[in-house]
Amino acid sequence: MSGGKSIARTDRLRALALLAPAYLWLTVAIFLPLSAMAFFSVVTDVPFGDTEWHFTIENYTAFFESPTYARLLLKSVLLGVKVTALCVLIGFPCAWVLAKMIRGRSREALFLLVILPFWSNSLVRIFSWAIVLRGNGVLDNFVNAIWPWPVDVNLMFSETAIVIGLVHSYIPYVILTAYLALQAIDDSLIEAARSLGAKWWTILWRIVLPLALPGLIAGAVLVFVPVVGSFMEPRILGGRLGTYYGTVIEDQFVAVFNWPLGAALSFILLAVVLIILAAASPVLRKSQT
Amino acid sequence: MNRLLLTTATFALVASALQAAEIRVLNWQGYGTDQDFAVQAFEKATGHTVVHEYFNSEQETLTKLRTNPGAYDVVLINSSFTPQIVAEGLLAPIDTSKLANFDDLDAAFVNNQGLNGDGNLYGVPWAWGLTSIAVSNSDFDTSPTTIEVLWDPAWAGRVSIRDDAVEAVQIGALATGQDINDIGDLEAVRAKLAALMPSISTYWGSENDWNQFMASGEFAAATYWSGSASRSISKGLDITFVVPDEGAIGWLDGLSIPEASTQKDAAYAFIDWMIDPAFYAVWDKDGAPGTANSAAAAALPNDSFNKAVLGDPAVTAKVQFMQPMSDETREEYLKLWQDLKAAQ
Repeated sequence: MSGGKSIARTDRLRALALLAPAYLWLTVAIFLPLSAMAFFSVVTDVPFGDTEWHFTIENYTAFFESPTYARLLLKSVLLGVKVTALCVLIGFPCAWVLAKMIRGRSREALFLLVILPFWSNSLVRIFSWAIVLRGNGVLDNFVNAIWPWPVDVNLMFSETAIVIGLVHSYIPYVILTAYLALQAIDDSLIEAARSLGAKWWTILWRIVLPLALPGLIAGAVLVFVPVVGSFMEPRILGGRLGTYYGTVIEDQFVAVFNWPLGAALSFILLAVVLIILAAASPVLRKSQT
Repeated sequence: MNRLLLTTATFALVASALQAAEIRVLNWQGYGTDQDFAVQAFEKATGHTVVHEYFNSEQETLTKLRTNPGAYDVVLINSSFTPQIVAEGLLAPIDTSKLANFDDLDAAFVNNQGLNGDGNLYGVPWAWGLTSIAVSNSDFDTSPTTIEVLWDPAWAGRVSIRDDAVEAVQIGALATGQDINDIGDLEAVRAKLAALMPSISTYWGSENDWNQFMASGEFAAATYWSGSASRSISKGLDITFVVPDEGAIGWLDGLSIPEASTQKDAAYAFIDWMIDPAFYAVWDKDGAPGTANSAAAAALPNDSFNKAVLGDPAVTAKVQFMQPMSDETREEYLKLWQDLKAAQ
């Protein structure tokens, strides 16, 4: 039996050797920065050089001392809900067309168009939107060229501009995940329903949606989480109205150098997002059965 | 140019006695010390090489000085921040005898409260300027004379101020007729700024931002820095820099030598070149802030922005210079500004 034991040990060693790079990477890329931030969030000052510092929970209590942070967090969560809803409403039909109605070359071409934004820097995309949306910008000139009466189209520095920029940035996630889910649906299910006399909305509601829900929800989570913490898009497209929870965190790190407060606010955001996802998990679990 | 050659020759004589060193300069990017002509002339004359590193905020300067002792030889510090850095023992007192151009510096700047501490000078006054307002000439036939132009409903949606707590509060103090260094009625400042907020289209962050927003017509009137205004005008932007009746915020930047610097002699040589009128004459043509060197200021041509605006005694009489500020005050202003922004 000793032979069997040594084989098990070599297996374990081999598994360890194969897993080591992945765990090392996780440690370096996720665990270390996160623990550094967790440490910063409970100290009074960033402990560089000779600065005086000690442990404190003041950075966390600061969140509750002023209604400002909670109000901004709510504003950011609402923005996340709006953007996610729009991404799903627009992305799902797109994915349906890609998965079920188009074949061959044109599908590849459309796919390319969906993925194309991913190849450009997000900052470039947002600045392009700024050029389109501002007064006397591309959109304003276009509308005035075809509209018989002069109109003033200036969407820049508004919540609409932020939502447009974010939806454009994140919609590929929903399209790609929904596409994968929709493609896995057997066409014969839909044909069977149709042969039994089901109308298109019945097919959508009773067959397609339930089967595609896991993919759709995965896409929605991928959109919701980064949008709640977004800062660059609100700042550039929102102007005066672009102060969100994410921009406040950004300010703590780059403008006022209050890393401890910034780190604490980030962890509060993480906690709130986790709570929202946990609250939504019964729905998620149901969709998988 | 003759002056430039002469100075270069002087450097060459001095330099032959010295050993070539590499000095590291910490400054804002594109702020004078890293001008190609200046660095090349200095390197050619002295044999020292100059390496630049940049910061994006005063807090970052402090962090860099704390964490990298010995890494920098010349640091640019705003005079209102100098005492904080001196208090941590990070700066060396300036030995003025090592600066040939020192006697030409304006005494008012040399005696600046922020640059001096415990009887020593910790920063060589170098550049100064104003934070005031600039307006677009296509919108304004005659320049406004009051800071109230920012609150004028006619320009609602086309005004801007910088996203900076201290600057915003000080603009509010000017508009409510208060001393920017000793604001008695902060609530009045809050109310004044709250009234301004709905008119603001977006905050500006950098000179580049400002130029783009002004060029595309998003701004009609906005706060601006004099040095940036002179640069924007020299690049062809059609704006006018205005110092309103209520006054303007004055700032003074000094060049300091960290205590931990290992190349102090080379650092002195570089600072001496930076306050040389020959350097300033060329820098001014590219759009520079005001100089702390009286001889350099006097030598400017009459059509120079810095002579016309900053050299006007009527203007300087209205300027309130920023004084050092305590951390508590800074935090109070920050909180006020953040609350105002979050309420939008």
